Amino acid sequence: MHSDAFDRYHHHDSPLHRLDPRVKVVVVIAFILSNALLPDGAWMAFVLAWLFLFLANALSDLGLGYTFKRSFIALPFALVAVTVLFSIPGTPLSQFHFMMWDFTITDAGLLRFVSIVIRSWLSAQMAILLVAVTRFPDLIHAFEHLRVPAILTTIIAFLYRYLFVLTDEVIRLLRARQSRSAAVSGQRSGGGVLWRARVSGHMAGQLFLRSYERSDRIYNAMLARGYQGQLRTLNPHELHARDWAYAIAAFLFILAVQFVGRF
Amino acid sequence: MPITHAVEKFSYPECEGDALQVRDLHFSYPDGHSALHGVSFKLCDGDKVALVGPNGAGKSTLMLHLNGILEGKGEIELSGLRLSRDNLPVIRSMVGLVFQNPDDQLFSPTVFEDVAFGPLHMGLPESEVRARVDSALEAVRMSPYKDRLSHHLSVGEKKRIAIATVLSMNPSILVLDEPSAGLDPRARRTLINLLRELPITMLVSTHDMRLVQELFPRTIVMDDGNIVADGLTMDILEDEELLSAHGLERG
Repeated sequence: MHSDAFDRYHHHDSPLHRLDPRVKVVVVIAFILSNALLPDGAWMAFVLAWLFLFLANALSDLGLGYTFKRSFIALPFALVAVTVLFSIPGTPLSQFHFMMWDFTITDAGLLRFVSIVIRSWLSAQMAILLVAVTRFPDLIHAFEHLRVPAILTTIIAFLYRYLFVLTDEVIRLLRARQSRSAAVSGQRSGGGVLWRARVSGHMAGQLFLRSYERSDRIYNAMLARGYQGQLRTLNPHELHARDWAYAIAAFLFILAVQFVGRF
Repeated sequence: MPITHAVEKFSYPECEGDALQVRDLHFSYPDGHSALHGVSFKLCDGDKVALVGPNGAGKSTLMLHLNGILEGKGEIELSGLRLSRDNLPVIRSMVGLVFQNPDDQLFSPTVFEDVAFGPLHMGLPESEVRARVDSALEAVRMSPYKDRLSHHLSVGEKKRIAIATVLSMNPSILVLDEPSAGLDPRARRTLINLLRELPITMLVSTHDMRLVQELFPRTIVMDDGNIVADGLTMDILEDEELLSAHGLERG
């Protein structure tokens, strides 16, 4: 009954899978940063950045459409940028009236909006690729080596570990409710909306109580084995010449993207 | 490859009525793991039957089919009513399924609310709901616990409340998943007495062979998603070869 709906890692043996997780994390962050820093309308640079993404996709063996298909989950977030269409001064392109407000779309606004959508679309795809080619524990290791505060990495690691336990618990609770959600013929069943809402509320409360108590038990089990506030791991990661080569190539590429975007 | 076992032939007395009929039930989990391959059996009215077998034999999977939580290929009939998607709510009022872990079963803050959940969901009038809760709690001898928080009860108490939560629905068959697991001797004894006195058809999965010997005239043995033996408990418990072949001990 194990639920693994959240695991986005796809096992393969590609150059990108074998790359040291630290290199992958740093390159992805650099890529996202570089996208964010590109000026509006730097079309050539956007094309180059996309080429970088394309090469990474090709190296991953997951199929070239892999990140593209999954990138649409980021689209709703890009909608937040819709306001820039109207809020940046420039030559008006079109005007419309909605309820009591007048809206004017300007050319500068449109330019910025399209740029923001392209940037976030490229960045989201790169992040999707990162989780697809890096096992979650490796990702956590990478963050630890990169000096992300231990409290953050520990929270993320535990979240990942117990998310599955929690979903299983939710599934069992729902199953128990389903089992007793019966009807007798000739009688309207299901109860009122308020009553059902109250039952669901109680279930959420129960889930919280159980998680809270479980966390206590887990913590006790950790203390019993000598936990002193630090998760210790044997470091299986070593940077090889190959990893350095990929890292340097990636950084040169990203620098080139910046150069093309700015000059 | 699933191992196929020959079904041992045991006889048991002919009985009346058909509380439950399962015919050629197959089921595979979404991940491809096949859990049941062609399970068939029949329960008569008033039968008390033990379902035994090693972990992973498919006992819990079979039980989750009996009220349509899982849907496999095959036929299930309850008192002549064929289980289908349309009559699921009615089927669920007929089958009282009690889960192994009472914490799953008890999802309301107080004992009263948990026992009342089934009847309230059926849309019964308040007086009827209260009467059913009282008699269900009485049947498991937990009446004084009505206003307690289910969260703070002992495992034995939780188990009995869990049984009350389905008794309040007046089921025609009670399906229990490992009711005696994790109980101390006294709680176990109380539970055994309780199950003996309940005048209702029962299918009980368990690893507790002494419980089987004491309470159930008939036993069904499952292994690898098949029924490998079905007959009188005393015959089955005598068959050392059968028991050891399926990882069971006489207790």
